[in-house]
Amino acid sequence: MERRTLLGRLSWQLGEVVATRPETARTKSITLDLPGWRGHRAGQHVDVRLTAEDGYRAERSYSIASPPEEAPRVTLTVERLDDGEVSPYLTEELRVGDKLELRGPIGGYFVWEAEMGGPLLLVAGGSGIVPLMAMLRHRAAAESTVATRLLYSSRSLEEVIYRDELDRLVKRSAMLAVAQTLTRAQPPGWTGYSRRIDLQMLREVAWPVAQRPLTFVCGPTPFVETAAAILVELGHEPARIKTERFGPTGEKHDGE
Amino acid sequence: MSGEFFSRGFRGRRRKSELSERLPPGQYLERDFPVLSAGPTPQTPLANWDFSIVGEVDQPKRWSWDEFHTLPRETITRDIHCVTKWSKFDTHWEGVSLDTLLAQVATAADYVIAFCDGGYTTNLPLEEVTGGKAWIVDTYEGEPLAPEHGGPARLLVPHLYFWKSAKWVRGLRLLDEDEPGFWESLGYNNHGDPWKEERYWGD
Repeated sequence: MERRTLLGRLSWQLGEVVATRPETARTKSITLDLPGWRGHRAGQHVDVRLTAEDGYRAERSYSIASPPEEAPRVTLTVERLDDGEVSPYLTEELRVGDKLELRGPIGGYFVWEAEMGGPLLLVAGGSGIVPLMAMLRHRAAAESTVATRLLYSSRSLEEVIYRDELDRLVKRSAMLAVAQTLTRAQPPGWTGYSRRIDLQMLREVAWPVAQRPLTFVCGPTPFVETAAAILVELGHEPARIKTERFGPTGEKHDGE
Repeated sequence: MSGEFFSRGFRGRRRKSELSERLPPGQYLERDFPVLSAGPTPQTPLANWDFSIVGEVDQPKRWSWDEFHTLPRETITRDIHCVTKWSKFDTHWEGVSLDTLLAQVATAADYVIAFCDGGYTTNLPLEEVTGGKAWIVDTYEGEPLAPEHGGPARLLVPHLYFWKSAKWVRGLRLLDEDEPGFWESLGYNNHGDPWKEERYWGD
């Protein structure tokens, strides 16, 4: 098991919360200072472990939202689930100065690095934007000019995570385009799409098949199932479409 | 670090003791059935589907979909455990034991790698999939296995983390030496016993 020796063991480490920032009513970004962080690639996730005073523990996985360039600081964006055990603690209780136990980075498949090139197609549903945002932030930090398109589906404008930052990224890069769809409620004057993702929408937004884009799709299971199936139907190579799905719990998952 | 650190203000949900005995460490109980896969759901018409045993065998063996359904079937009720932390109790499956399939080849191999539509692979020691421990299943809760859950057929190895239960399985390659599969090459544990919490390399 030479590979084990090379990569070593993923051990639990303590990070200090240095900033928290509400992104939407249900999501919050938590920035940790992790002195022992060995770096990550955009798209990877971490396991978070909470321990109660009596030793009771709960673990969950969360996507990393920040780019590798910000290491040893790592930002997670967590969506609060009303019946959750860990996400309500992370979004409502955890404060600056607290410590959080985690290990990672985990997942070596759903990752994009600037040198992988493109064109890049990112398709996000809801909080599925989080690992894709790490890719967009990495793209900006690395000053990559890889032609990139993001299609992002949210229920309403209020639920769009990273809204202002996405606008800024688009203004900064002529090679980045962001298309949004709002599936439940649209503000007056909305010029984006107003329906669930479908074949016509992906035909308009996705790169032509001949350009062989690298595609990353992340979101709730039915969303990912639909988007990936349509992309295959349009003629995109299944092997160039990487998916990451949330279970019905909305927690982040990566491989069974 | 363990035993020294606790999360200020965290209480968590206490499990009933009956639950604790059935939940491996780090797992929580899930009532839905999350879907996890690395790419699009493959679509293979049943007329093109077959299941093969190849590699270190005297004679490779292949079953068409219809031939596969002439084999003796078993019903299986087991708890399943995903490395992403959820567990699901009392899942009901139907399919063919790997013992039944492997009885039709002669081999001296010690390892097996399952291969699938979509290119996924996962590796297992042969002793972990023989002796009533693994099946090729095509029925879940009395219904044909849904495509997003691996239909038409998936491997079921319920005593290991569920990434070993390869979806869209098309065959087994028998090997003399172990060879990591898809997730095993990407940082996940080579063995994957939930009770030992073998999630990642070095666990």
